Amino acid sequence: MNAHDPKMSADHSNEIGMYEKRKAVFPKAIDGAFRRFKWLVMAVCLAIYWGTPWIRWDRGSYAPDQAVLIDMANRRFFMFNIEIWPHEFYFVAGLLIMAGIGLFLVTSVVGRAWCGYACPQTVWTDLFQHVDRLIDGDRNAQLRLQKAPWGPAKIARRGLKWGIYLGISFATGGAWIFYFADAPTLQYEFWTGTAAPVAYATTFVLTMTTFIFGGFMREQVCIYMCPWPRIQTAMLDEKSLLVTYKDWRGEPRGSVKSALKAATPLGDCIDCMQCVAVCPTGIDIREGPQIGCITCALCIDACDKAMADVGRPRGLIDYCTLDDAEREKRGETSVPILKTVFRPRTLVYLGVWSGIGLALLFALGQRERMDISIAKDRNPEYVTLSDGSVRNAYTLKLRNMESRPRTFRIELRGLDNGTIYTDEMDSTAARRQLTVEVPSDTTKPVRVYALVPRGSAPAEFALVLVATDKEGGTDISETTFTTAQGNGQ
Amino acid sequence: MSKPRLDDATGVETVGHEWDGIEELNNPLPRWWLWSFYACIVFAIGYSVVYPAIPMLNTATAGTFGWSSRGDLDKEMKAESLRTAAIRSELDKASIEQIATDPRLRRAAIDGGRAAFKVNCIQCHGNGAAGSAGYPNLNDDDWLWGGDSAAIHQTLVNGIRQPGDDATRMSMMPAFGRDGILTAPQVQDVVSHVRLIAGEEKPSASAQRGAEIYTANCAVCHGANGEGSRAVGAPKLSDAIWLYGGDRKALTQTITNARYGVMPSWGNRLDPVTVKMLATYVHSLGGGEAAPAPAADPAAPVAPATVAQ
Repeated sequence: MNAHDPKMSADHSNEIGMYEKRKAVFPKAIDGAFRRFKWLVMAVCLAIYWGTPWIRWDRGSYAPDQAVLIDMANRRFFMFNIEIWPHEFYFVAGLLIMAGIGLFLVTSVVGRAWCGYACPQTVWTDLFQHVDRLIDGDRNAQLRLQKAPWGPAKIARRGLKWGIYLGISFATGGAWIFYFADAPTLQYEFWTGTAAPVAYATTFVLTMTTFIFGGFMREQVCIYMCPWPRIQTAMLDEKSLLVTYKDWRGEPRGSVKSALKAATPLGDCIDCMQCVAVCPTGIDIREGPQIGCITCALCIDACDKAMADVGRPRGLIDYCTLDDAEREKRGETSVPILKTVFRPRTLVYLGVWSGIGLALLFALGQRERMDISIAKDRNPEYVTLSDGSVRNAYTLKLRNMESRPRTFRIELRGLDNGTIYTDEMDSTAARRQLTVEVPSDTTKPVRVYALVPRGSAPAEFALVLVATDKEGGTDISETTFTTAQGNGQ
Repeated sequence: MSKPRLDDATGVETVGHEWDGIEELNNPLPRWWLWSFYACIVFAIGYSVVYPAIPMLNTATAGTFGWSSRGDLDKEMKAESLRTAAIRSELDKASIEQIATDPRLRRAAIDGGRAAFKVNCIQCHGNGAAGSAGYPNLNDDDWLWGGDSAAIHQTLVNGIRQPGDDATRMSMMPAFGRDGILTAPQVQDVVSHVRLIAGEEKPSASAQRGAEIYTANCAVCHGANGEGSRAVGAPKLSDAIWLYGGDRKALTQTITNARYGVMPSWGNRLDPVTVKMLATYVHSLGGGEAAPAPAADPAAPVAPATVAQ
């Protein structure tokens, strides 16, 4: 392109703004189907977030009674009747993969629905914008107050509003810590100043991030900081539902009055700017799909209301796929919604998503609540005793995942002339099987010696952990016995 | 610099620079980003002032907080010694036998002993306490001077052949070959006999000759049948364990020149609690023996078959 293009605007000076001041957004209150749905989603999300740690769940006397608890100190994750140990972290990994694929699924069907309704940034921004309206009034009053010089009234209003922001932020940051410790206990400790320093630090950090991101950064987070809108843009296809301004119907735009005067008929858009006024990210949807659009659909509500006022059919701005937009432009009818939703891509996503879910459920039902693992001593590999017999040492980890103490039997399988004993027994008491009690919800290390008489060959063998209570259960772990001749492998 | 203009394709203003026809669109960064950048600079300056940051010739600037990783370590070590102070004072008051019979004290002593072993003992006895030629394997059940906790403790405190320690234990096997007590063929006969009673060789004429020499010269310490004597630290010769090796060459060397291994005395190097912990740990390695029962006690306590909690 030529820099001396004649279209170059003459009134521009050479001053280039390298940085742009945030243009404050004052979204107007609106009511409508999507707004009511957003209210519902917000209520549900906030209720889940604030309520979950306070749900109690009886697990008997050996385990905490909090329904959802991430117990970092004891390395346990409780979720209702599921208890996850660190070695079972693949369940959490599986849930994360499901969440990822679930987002693919949702995005390919309904576009950026996550951004528009359920994302915490959206939920809290929405909440804070309601606070704005409560304190400052609706859009116009907010604009007036923004422009007004600082005086006692403005200071009082700002102070009150930011105080409420801070209160909500504190409640938000403070609620997070209850997922990591017994909520009522921590609540008491928190207020009496005896909670762990990390609880206060976490609360402080999350309070400040909520205060700043929800109160002031708002749509800047979505547009500049969040990678997700950009990833989602790549995952959308021509069959994903987007909030679409139907320009073929709306253009050329003009007010009802100007339409009467116009020589050629105008489109349905009356250019009332209500779609822009209600937008929480301050964009104009009529410019087409854009990164700033979180598809919250409030402009649909605004436009429907305006259309109703002037007696035109609703849906000038509506959820619409790119394919349907092309069809409608050509005057064809759009594809039925179910056919759009159930297409190969979404069905594959749904299949993978539910497949992982079913596999996790199956694994959850199948998992053993006891475990034996053996670490053989490698230094020394074997010890020759004075009578020529050979001894190997093993560190056993006996895991009892039930919330009650259990008695187990360790049995020797293979190593036909061998006996075992622990470091808490005398070697003369060595035998083929030992009894061990493991406390509830614990991995108990036990040091076991295996002994074979002089001249025995190296061998592979196994130790079997057998639960002696009526529920029973066994677990087996294989290892080797080393002598001067080798390790049996 | 040319003047900014509107770009056709994007509708965005250009910044006005042009290089070979390539122009730049003016998509300005948000101003709060600039503020965050300035805030980071301010933070970095503050950080370099309060923490060690700027490298000088020999060391870095200290920082006004006086933080150092060594200081952190120091604090952690102090906290750790504070944490273990209670159990250490208990171990200090308890005798070695009391520690052996109290499961809680014993567990604490074993844990502490393991750590002390890694620092002080593995140089000779090896990381797994398996020893090597001349350095006893502490995992087995063969003990020169006794394998109960008290005997191990005494060995640790006074050492073996530790010069300058009056209470150290020593055995002085004569250098039968070097000092001319036995001739070289006689030494070979003794080797044959010793290997016979250890089950390493079949009976032979040499062994038969060696038996007589053995009875005359060796049996006083090593016992008539090679059973050894812990009172004088004479090794048991009839078992499967050899400190310096059981082949003919090693035994010839041993009988000709004798061996005088030295174990340092640790009583004057380590504090009493650490020595007790080491003794308990070594006793726990798998070869530890029960304390000899007092005469009045008819039988040693039967070892429990169940692992205690």
